[in-house]
Amino acid sequence: MNKLYREHILDHYRHPRNQGTLDDADFSSELDNPVCGDVVRLDVRVEGGRVSEARFSGHGCVVSIASASMLTEKIMGKTVEELKGLQDEDVFEMLGVTLGPVRAKCALLSLRVLQEGLDHLDET
Amino acid sequence: MGNQKRLDPVALRADFPILAREVNGRPLAYLDNAASSQRPRAVIDAVDEFYRAHYANIHRGVHTLSEEATAAYEEARDKVAAFIHAPDRRGVIFTRNATEAINLVAYTWGRANVGAGDRVIVTEMEHHSNLVPWQVLTRETGAELASVAVTDEGRLDLASLDRLLDGPVKLVAFTHVSNVLGTLNPAQEIVGRAHAAGARVLVDAAQSVPHLPVDVAALDCDFLVFSGHKMCGPTGSGVLYGRLGLLEEMPPFLTGGGMIRRVSRTDATWDAPPSRFEAGTPAIAEAVGLGAAVDYLSGVGMAAVWAHEQELAAYALERLAGVQGVRVIGPPADERSGVVAFTVTVPRSIESIHPHDLAQVLDMGGVAIRAGHHCAQPLHERFGLGPTARASFYLYNTREEVDRLVAGVRTAQGLFSA
Repeated sequence: MNKLYREHILDHYRHPRNQGTLDDADFSSELDNPVCGDVVRLDVRVEGGRVSEARFSGHGCVVSIASASMLTEKIMGKTVEELKGLQDEDVFEMLGVTLGPVRAKCALLSLRVLQEGLDHLDET
Repeated sequence: MGNQKRLDPVALRADFPILAREVNGRPLAYLDNAASSQRPRAVIDAVDEFYRAHYANIHRGVHTLSEEATAAYEEARDKVAAFIHAPDRRGVIFTRNATEAINLVAYTWGRANVGAGDRVIVTEMEHHSNLVPWQVLTRETGAELASVAVTDEGRLDLASLDRLLDGPVKLVAFTHVSNVLGTLNPAQEIVGRAHAAGARVLVDAAQSVPHLPVDVAALDCDFLVFSGHKMCGPTGSGVLYGRLGLLEEMPPFLTGGGMIRRVSRTDATWDAPPSRFEAGTPAIAEAVGLGAAVDYLSGVGMAAVWAHEQELAAYALERLAGVQGVRVIGPPADERSGVVAFTVTVPRSIESIHPHDLAQVLDMGGVAIRAGHHCAQPLHERFGLGPTARASFYLYNTREEVDRLVAGVRTAQGLFSA
């Protein structure tokens, strides 16, 4: 079977980590992909300058859900500056697959949500 | 639409070079024809030959190549006019695609004829290209935009059309065949009722002209649009058919060279249709290619194309009905084209498989389908659906390819079950 649906990706899809919402989030953000209707929301709590809790919610394809699940694990304990430094390549590396331009948007949806949340954090 | 002549899809496949290629190590099963079709060698060669031997700009040069190119371009217009039974070749305007043709009508006829308080009617099953231009027009002019309802079975609710026609209606714009449900709408009936109410009618034939015999004179519509790339023709080729009397009264859409009669420093007068609406150097080779596509389809016979697609759709519905967790939207097989949109859940679960994932798994097996809203988001909302998967057939598709589609759906169910 194609590399895209490798076991670790399917595992994050079937058993998403950190799924849910946070009432006391320090920043939250939500975006949709109008092409396919996928929606991802992130709630992040920051304590002592580092991410102490992160939750994601929403619905979407295997790639967008697995990517959101992995991202919540990846950002745990990171500083806000480190979050701002996350690049598209970090997400592809995290997934461990190469993607075409359409599926890349699915993979990057959760990172875009995080980036928008960080923008709002700066405004407040 | 008799079924006097059957087509042989296996024989026709040899005419389409791309169908010989493999995708992910499997023979390509191209089931995304509602998005765009593939091209036969006859069309590819016609474009190639035109560039190699006859190309020049058209209509103004007096040299040999310009005369040959002009003749080829205008011959393509004749072919298209005959293909759709246009009463006058001057009613056939070449555009880039159906979208541009609808925008042309919205920006010229629309802005000259639709005002505050007027009503424009569309339907809930329109492609965005036959919805958004009317949203923009009615918002700008203060007119009202109303939608004919779609029934749960995927048909137009004609009683709702009648209610909407009772008022200051200027235009009814509707799709001949739905690009999601596959529904073949009763176009002649709708045109008759709209005309009786004093409205003009635009038919979006992007999903009908490529697939069944269409006769604009019998339909009696005022405007009809379609795209060449969905009917074996080149991208960048499209058609607006308009009733000549209406076109003659319409202001131009784009202005510039090729569409004027006389230009002074401060003023210009317009050429007659069709050139009034073909400003600038048009897509000449693409029009020639569209003419070749029309020849090819006429050779196969549109009644035979339609019969073949209906047969494939019926077979696909039957096969998909045998797969637990598959839900097809739209009417029964005898009322639809070769468009089959559906959703899939994992068996014994309500967990749905995202169409993107389904399409990806099918692609691994060489089967190309579309996943998403298919540019018809309001229709998906009407049915309470997120994105769907869509298989759409054409003259070169086979029952064996339908079998591969169904097998791919089962593979995806196995892969994504917990």
